[in-house]
Amino acid sequence: MKEDIERIVALYPPERRFALAAMQDMQRQFNYIPAEGLDALSAAMGIPIAQLYSMATFYRALSLKPKGRHIIKICDGTACHISGSEVLAAALHDAIGIRPGEVTEDGAFSLETVNCLGSCAVAPVMLIDDTHFGGVTPDRLAAIIEEVGAK
Amino acid sequence: MSTHTIRVCCGTGCIANGSRGVAAALREAAARAGAPAVSVETQVKATGCHGFCAKGPVVAVDPDGISYYQVKESDAEEIVASLGGAPVERLLFRREDGTFARGEADNPFYEGQVKIALRNVGKIDPLSLGDYRARGGYEALEKALAMAPEDIIAEVEKSGLRGRGGAGFPTGTKWRSCAACEETQRYVVCNGDEGDPGAFMDGYIMEGDPHSVIEGLAICALAVGAEEGFFYIRDEYLVALDHMARALADAEAAGILGDSVLGSGRRLRFEIVRGGGAFVCGESTALMASIEGRVGEPRAKYIRSVQKGLWDKPTVLNNVETLATVPVILKEGYEAVQELGVGRSRGTKTFAMVGKVKNGGLVEVPMGTTIRQLVFGNGGGIAGGRPFKSIQTGGPSGGCLPESLLDLPVDYESLDANGTMVGSGGMIVMDDRNCMVDVAKYYVGFLAQESCGKCTPCREGLRHMHAILTGICEGKGTEADIERLEELGFTLKEASLCALGKTAANPVLSTLRYFKEEYLSHIQDGFCPAGVCRALVVFGIDAEKCKACGLCAGSCPASCISGEGKQPYEIDAARCTACGNCRKACHFEAIHPEKRMAV
Repeated sequence: MKEDIERIVALYPPERRFALAAMQDMQRQFNYIPAEGLDALSAAMGIPIAQLYSMATFYRALSLKPKGRHIIKICDGTACHISGSEVLAAALHDAIGIRPGEVTEDGAFSLETVNCLGSCAVAPVMLIDDTHFGGVTPDRLAAIIEEVGAK
Repeated sequence: MSTHTIRVCCGTGCIANGSRGVAAALREAAARAGAPAVSVETQVKATGCHGFCAKGPVVAVDPDGISYYQVKESDAEEIVASLGGAPVERLLFRREDGTFARGEADNPFYEGQVKIALRNVGKIDPLSLGDYRARGGYEALEKALAMAPEDIIAEVEKSGLRGRGGAGFPTGTKWRSCAACEETQRYVVCNGDEGDPGAFMDGYIMEGDPHSVIEGLAICALAVGAEEGFFYIRDEYLVALDHMARALADAEAAGILGDSVLGSGRRLRFEIVRGGGAFVCGESTALMASIEGRVGEPRAKYIRSVQKGLWDKPTVLNNVETLATVPVILKEGYEAVQELGVGRSRGTKTFAMVGKVKNGGLVEVPMGTTIRQLVFGNGGGIAGGRPFKSIQTGGPSGGCLPESLLDLPVDYESLDANGTMVGSGGMIVMDDRNCMVDVAKYYVGFLAQESCGKCTPCREGLRHMHAILTGICEGKGTEADIERLEELGFTLKEASLCALGKTAANPVLSTLRYFKEEYLSHIQDGFCPAGVCRALVVFGIDAEKCKACGLCAGSCPASCISGEGKQPYEIDAARCTACGNCRKACHFEAIHPEKRMAV
């Protein structure tokens, strides 16, 4: 982990404006921002740790707790909301036993709701890692989860 | 020898429907069919959005002007085999009267659309600089380089272009005030942090025609005298980020950007900043704070950001769609935009029309087009033939309009006067199965979550409004709640720091204005007529309409629907969770909401 953190921090000039990008890279690398990452960034960029902490908790893309290996994002944008995204969240709870904001015990999946994925015409939409699924029904859900979980 | 180009829509919507697989299958089929029996040269292009997202994946064939919808990988062979001959009829769009539309030209979805911001989206390979230039790309930049900044600004002013991201501020005026600043270190910013749920035009423009946005920002930079610029793009927009990054690299490699723009000696450096997933960062001062590497909180605008923006330097911030329109103004003259539209709303606006509309997608129409034309003309009416109930415009801080306003022209002033706004251009169509109190609760919940918390009216006001609305949806509302909502709404409007808070009460105020009886039904009768608020509703089966097909029983997660043989089915009200699955499953309108009786 240490090398990865150092590598990410070294990618950017020591200027405040790159703090968000560096934290996003850490988020991608580790699925969360480790405390060591904040320390390293604070030292390299000369930003007080409290300010980095406030950013890490402000931006939705960042998380201080580890997320699952696969991140499921259920879109709860307006079009998805009125097309039954809540039913989808309930069906996912039945299938893998977690609610938005939680991680499965084996660390395979974490579940989040997001505001809009921009695929409103094919609502309700779900994103697993980098793959979009449109027009998702509770019936199709099981097959999708199985396929992704097998990877 | 005839040449055909097959364009496969690879916008995010179509990707979710499997268009990348379709593109691959078409490429393979085209390669296999290489035999010169019908000497056909085929090129398969992955393009941006064709607009008609509801019927994706969309595939178009040039130069025949044919458009296919809901194409599957297994259709590839047949499409390639048909090139130069009769189209594959079963994949064409079927009009209301049962006849087939051959392509965009005779498809009602495209009727009345004028594509300015979307002029290249869906037509070109977004990753090909050659494609963009072949359609006149960067000619406007070349022209701008030969013009005095003052003349560029004058041209934009004459076009009447106003911000397409929400507030509708005149673009030329904004540029002029920035150019007039004494400070010479200036910045330009493109706002690609499209956070409105239900709006995706900016994302699709960046995906489908990234160079037009880059060219727009370059012209803006020349006009206001900036050398550095930023594209602030939402982190969730994977494809848009990728395409913008590659287009920027290509433009630099080709000498369009960099130390000598198109050999002029002028310097332009643009950078991409990934958003952090905060809705409030769509607000200009919050967005700038985020670029600077701070928490994205807005500030009071006693001094506007054109005077003191990024790092306290004069900064012009424009939305993606606005910038994509700019090159057209310079290349074709201000009239191209000015001659379209009504009143003070000139040009076109792109709307993301989704929800319960039959043919949803991206439509670009002249300002002043009526809602009726959009929903019932382009959109083909309500899905499943259900009744129209409301249209929500302007994103989460817009408002909901009723059926009686269907003939309202869509422009900045008309929408504003009726309690909503153009906003970023989201349009959510709702039918009789959408509860307006629930919709108001949804938006207020969204905004409460996204409020940055800096100012009290927005932070606390939204929290309380959400609690009151939740109470109403659970049958705990009182008539005094309506007054409280109105009072809180007024406070938010008057006292919030930024536009998020100032407009946050719109969904509540507009639904109270047009759908008050629905609130009263929740409060006085303890019933949700739309059948959405679960605490107030159970579903019942109309014995006369029930055909005993059993579809409802199969869809019930609570297994509380029973029936035998040809007898009408029954729902056990005590166990019904009011999820609504049975109502969706029923083909005969036999299932309806009933008041849930207290146990």
